[in-house]
Amino acid sequence: MAMNYNAKDEVDGGPACAPGGTAKNRRPDNTAFKQQRLPAWQPILTAGTVLPTFFIIGLIFIPIGIGIFVTSNNIREIEGNVFMYYGLSNFYQNHRRYVKSRDDSQLNGDSSALLNPSKECEPYRRNEDKPIAPCGAIANSMFNDTLELFLVGNGSYLTSIPLKKKGIAWWTDKNVKFRNPPGGEIPLEERFKGTTKPVNWVKPVYMLDSDQDNNGFINEDFIVWMRTAALPTFRKLYRLIERKSDLHPTLPAGQYYLNITYNYPVHSFDGRKRMILSTISWMGGKNPFLGIAYITIGSISFLLGVVLLVINHKYRNSSNTADITI
Amino acid sequence: MFRRSFHRFCAAEEKRVGTRTVILGNHPVSATETYIAPRFCDNRIVSSKYTLWNFLPKNLFEQFRRIANFYFLIIFLVQVTVDTPTSPVTSGLPLFFVITVTAIKQGYEDWLRHRADNEVNKSTVYVIENAERVKKESEKIKVGDVVEVQADETFPCDLILLSSCTRDGICHVTTASLDGESNYKTHYAVHDTNALCSAESIDNLRAAIECEQPQPDLYKFVGRISIYNNSFEPVARSLGPENLLLKGATLKNTKKIYGVAVYTGMETKMALNYQGKSQKRSAVEKSINAFLIVYLLILLTKAAVCTGLKYLWQSNPHNDEPWYNQKTQKERDTFKVLKIFTDFLSFMVLFNFIIPVSMYVTVEMQKFLGSFFISWDKDFYDEDINEGALVNTSDLNEELGQVDYVFTDKTGTLTENSMEFIECCIDGYKYKGVTQETDGLSQTDGPVTYLEKADKNREELFLRALCLCHTVEIKINDTVDGATESADLTYVSSSPDEIALVKGAKKYGFTFLGIRNGHMKVENQRKEIEEYELLHTLSFDSVRRRMSVIVKTPAGDILLFCKGADSAVFPRVQNHEVAPIKVHVEQNAVDGYRTLCIAFKEITPDDYERIDRQLIEAKMALQDREEKMDKVFDDIETNMNLIGATAVEDKLQDQAAETIEALHAAGLKVWVLTGDKMETAKSTCYACRLFQTSTEILELTTKTVEDGERKEDRLHELLIEYRKKLLHEFPKNSRSLKKAWTEHQEYGLIIDGSTLSLILNSTQDSGSNSYKSIFLQICMKCTAVLCCRMAPLQKAQIVRMVKNLKGSPITLSIGDGANDVSMILESHVGIGIKGKEGRQAARNSDYSVPKFKHLKKLLLAHGHLYYMRIAHLVQYFFYKNLCFILPQFLYQFFCGFSQQPLYDAAYLTMYNICFTSLPILAYSLLEQHINIDTLTSDPRLYMKISGNAMLQLGPFLYWTLLAAYEGTVFFFGTYFISQTSSLEDNGKVIGNWTFGTIVFTVLVFTVTLKLALDTRFWTWINHFVIWGSLAFYMFFSFFWGGIIWPFLRQQRMYFVFAHMLSSVSTWLAIILLIFISLFPEILLILLKNVKRRSARSPTFELPTLLSYKHVDSGDS
Repeated sequence: MAMNYNAKDEVDGGPACAPGGTAKNRRPDNTAFKQQRLPAWQPILTAGTVLPTFFIIGLIFIPIGIGIFVTSNNIREIEGNVFMYYGLSNFYQNHRRYVKSRDDSQLNGDSSALLNPSKECEPYRRNEDKPIAPCGAIANSMFNDTLELFLVGNGSYLTSIPLKKKGIAWWTDKNVKFRNPPGGEIPLEERFKGTTKPVNWVKPVYMLDSDQDNNGFINEDFIVWMRTAALPTFRKLYRLIERKSDLHPTLPAGQYYLNITYNYPVHSFDGRKRMILSTISWMGGKNPFLGIAYITIGSISFLLGVVLLVINHKYRNSSNTADITI
Repeated sequence: MFRRSFHRFCAAEEKRVGTRTVILGNHPVSATETYIAPRFCDNRIVSSKYTLWNFLPKNLFEQFRRIANFYFLIIFLVQVTVDTPTSPVTSGLPLFFVITVTAIKQGYEDWLRHRADNEVNKSTVYVIENAERVKKESEKIKVGDVVEVQADETFPCDLILLSSCTRDGICHVTTASLDGESNYKTHYAVHDTNALCSAESIDNLRAAIECEQPQPDLYKFVGRISIYNNSFEPVARSLGPENLLLKGATLKNTKKIYGVAVYTGMETKMALNYQGKSQKRSAVEKSINAFLIVYLLILLTKAAVCTGLKYLWQSNPHNDEPWYNQKTQKERDTFKVLKIFTDFLSFMVLFNFIIPVSMYVTVEMQKFLGSFFISWDKDFYDEDINEGALVNTSDLNEELGQVDYVFTDKTGTLTENSMEFIECCIDGYKYKGVTQETDGLSQTDGPVTYLEKADKNREELFLRALCLCHTVEIKINDTVDGATESADLTYVSSSPDEIALVKGAKKYGFTFLGIRNGHMKVENQRKEIEEYELLHTLSFDSVRRRMSVIVKTPAGDILLFCKGADSAVFPRVQNHEVAPIKVHVEQNAVDGYRTLCIAFKEITPDDYERIDRQLIEAKMALQDREEKMDKVFDDIETNMNLIGATAVEDKLQDQAAETIEALHAAGLKVWVLTGDKMETAKSTCYACRLFQTSTEILELTTKTVEDGERKEDRLHELLIEYRKKLLHEFPKNSRSLKKAWTEHQEYGLIIDGSTLSLILNSTQDSGSNSYKSIFLQICMKCTAVLCCRMAPLQKAQIVRMVKNLKGSPITLSIGDGANDVSMILESHVGIGIKGKEGRQAARNSDYSVPKFKHLKKLLLAHGHLYYMRIAHLVQYFFYKNLCFILPQFLYQFFCGFSQQPLYDAAYLTMYNICFTSLPILAYSLLEQHINIDTLTSDPRLYMKISGNAMLQLGPFLYWTLLAAYEGTVFFFGTYFISQTSSLEDNGKVIGNWTFGTIVFTVLVFTVTLKLALDTRFWTWINHFVIWGSLAFYMFFSFFWGGIIWPFLRQQRMYFVFAHMLSSVSTWLAIILLIFISLFPEILLILLKNVKRRSARSPTFELPTLLSYKHVDSGDS
């Protein structure tokens, strides 16, 4: 602090002060804050406060754990709506190059981004001098197997199980984040004019579905695919099988026939495909981990509570002070 | 920096060595000589660092010289140039924030300096030019200009007083703003110019001043003025500090003066004195740097591991470039080595948050804001001086909690430095108490009366000596005349001893009435006024340890009176006179009084003529004036007659003993370093309980050493003997020394200056080292050390010696006088006492307090708390960032080492700035894990944090492991939880951003709650910031995900947070993971409790302070 004397001297210039002027009172303010005496809660962890906490934690966690565990184990029973997932493994949807290879403006219906997609989409940005819509590696590698489920009835008679395509994507994605290019009544094909389909796709984006409400960028299969998975082994929601009536189970016991139109290559990267049918409870899909973890932690807390109670009791006998101060 | 270069520029014309010649009024002195005006720098004071146009580049340059800022700049540049996982904004924004805040702060400070500079530089001064009084701005003054200064104005530059427009050519100034001494100092004009009292006459003066180049010592000046009268031969007169008026001092009691500028602007003594002190760095800062290196290594290792694994993983071609994720042509074409390098940099960038830029900001803020608590503390307020504590550096707050050695001055620090005349002895007869008005001296004190009295003449001679031999002045109030006759005279002097002596003389009927025209007036017992012409003052200095005056009595005799320390006076008087007085002097010293011996000598007119000539010659000398003066003084002050001695009491400061005892109990070693003599110092040490009655004293003084034939042999013997004694007492384990003190015999060491220099500068080459090391060994084993007869530099030498001991202990120096400045600057923490010997010590100190007793609370409470707070702050910062980055690192194993960030960029940026910064700042300002009152009343608590205990390897490992554990829990907990089709009741799936957000939410809650667990002092502020931060995090996340941001290409966080919270499972998972993360911490707290509980004896009580040692030694 080199030469701040000038400023300082003005303040404590002592005799230089104007004569007769009242000397400034330099007594520090006696406020709680300045004297570091603010009223404060000073928690002292004593056996008395800690022990009940442990018991309470134990008592809360164990039932929650059991509840979760039971729910999770019951999920197998095919009651209520059934959810059909496809699973891929060894597929790195979370690779950085892959994750960023998309243009959310384009997907949001931005006209300029439609014709001039983001650089992030390289090398899936343009094809034959036309901008790709939707651009990027994610869109380009969209899962395109078709799964059909049939109930094998009497005499190998196949009953097709109706699979619902809509309602599988996040509501906000479907309605806000993903939008077709503007154009109102103009047919979708016109709105995508000047763009070309992704290289790997068979059909252009405006022919993904016949239902106009599920076509183009707002196709739900597409939206689901565009939400990149966190881990290289992942599942994605494919179809819903809605329960028709309370009387019949959604998928009655019997033989089923799964027809897969195989388009999607996974062998080249040692990948595997799976199809999963699952019901969902209030806590989502089957996952024993959460329940077990709750039960374990709850039990440990409870046990510790007991051990500490014993220890505390022993010391209470040897000394009369009950407090353990930190 | 800049100023230094400025200086170089200024002095470019001529080297600093040698002298400069100043031509008065810049008139050519004689027509024959062609005069080329030498160039000196102008009178502009530049304390500001920047100007408007160089502010930006210069400030940026200075900021990026800090290693941390530079590191972040590099990271930022890497982000800009290389394709990195996070956008440059994530590290650019915080860096920008930090740099801007610092720049604004420094800019503001500089603006203040500019303003202050301008006030000084643009102030109006009057310069005499061509016989006219010209109004000018202060900065326009050139060396050689004659300046007129009016009463109560400050001097615009260093001036040589030419004329004060009074008959005696004196003027009074106060240097309060320079050294804090508010008394009036008298300065003299040279006789020959004194009469020039108007602009015209001054303008006609032709003179040249030859003086040394500017140097910072305020009290030294050597020069010569040559006055060219009408005669051809110039008259030369010597100039000393008494002729020099310093910039910054204020003219008092004098209507106006004329002076010639000799040093201007940045070359004034004041400017030279305010050059920046060397920066002190605290031990905590060093620890931070050490941790920083560890974390840098972790960072580099992580980046290297990831890069290595990445290429291992990519060696499988379908991993490197599967069909669904092809590279661009550019990527394919890049050289592999370059790619590896950029990958390494990318990983560095991805993990760079492990070293948080915000930690430096928070530490700075904590130090800056925290230091206010010291200056706000009303316990440090002193009624008498109407001031509290002052913090000059906030960088060292925590060092106050780490002190191992305390070096204290005695006079004014342990003692009040308010002197009281107690008794005197004349010719061996003791006089005590107040005399009757009627007949001279008599004993009225107590029943014991000494019937013998000294000869009346001797008595009067002694009292006259007291009245004459000093530099005391009378403080004249507004009216210049008349006040001298008033009943109560206010004496002012730079030394309180002198005032006590003059007042003492007054009690016995001899009153000093002041100096007028070189005549000292003394009122004697018969109410007659005697006038003595003051011929010469042989001023006091700490080497000679005496002063003398030569006066001419009304009868015409020339007398020399000398007063000084016994050791300085006894060798210079007749031998037979010494013995009776020595008895008294020694007795007085044992009683703790300061003694001075008074001697006189009659000088014959012939001798006087010779002396006068010698003195003037020496004074005129330009080179080695000091040595020449000393030699002349030495010659004069010989063969004197001893008249008597005085005893002055210096009262112990309030609670000095309690404070020392508390410091001892806190495990600190207290050394007293004083210039005083051994007996006096020793008794003070006993009085303030530095030495207990049970303490065995080891002495290494001239007395003990001189017993032997050869000093060094004897010294050697003593050293060996003492060491043997101490080593025998303390078997090897020096580590438990602090405990050992209370259990074993205590030792105290006394050493004096000459013995110390003998030890330090021993001629034996081989022996010198061993002397020093033996001495240090002895010192380290002693509870208390008293070093007496120390020169200021020796004090610093001792501090440096201890500072460099093994384990580099933290030293603290406390003192009040100018002689303590060197030791205050040398030690780790310097504390100044706003004492009576001026403000120099306080100004050079890091902290200043009004009294010694305040040291107790300053160290035991403030120091302890500051250390604890900042140590926790540092550990917590590293902890929370390791927690933060570890999941990101683990994620790389699951995303093909592709540098995919786990968290969104906004979270990466905001984590340290907004979500987790305020709680720890509030904690580090307010936490009191132990009550302040408990801290002050139980000094032993101080030992708990000594040796930087909270930042050692152990705690550091604990925090690091805790962070590693928690980071692993965050990541794998979320990993296992997401091993399911869906977390929601509608079967929908989550993506990688939801995964990251779950981890991040657990992270923010865990680190905040961890701090909450550590908080033992919950004020409303803590509640507000802790819960407020969490609420803010929730609010921000909703907000951030609630909008399609128009300018962002990626909308990856859109509704992620809200969607996440719509699932019950996620709630349960987050709660579970937070609990699992905190579980070990809670467990540890409990286990510690149980352990402490079992270790504690049931009858334990906090010992009261005074009886502490007995209780403790009885206990263990």
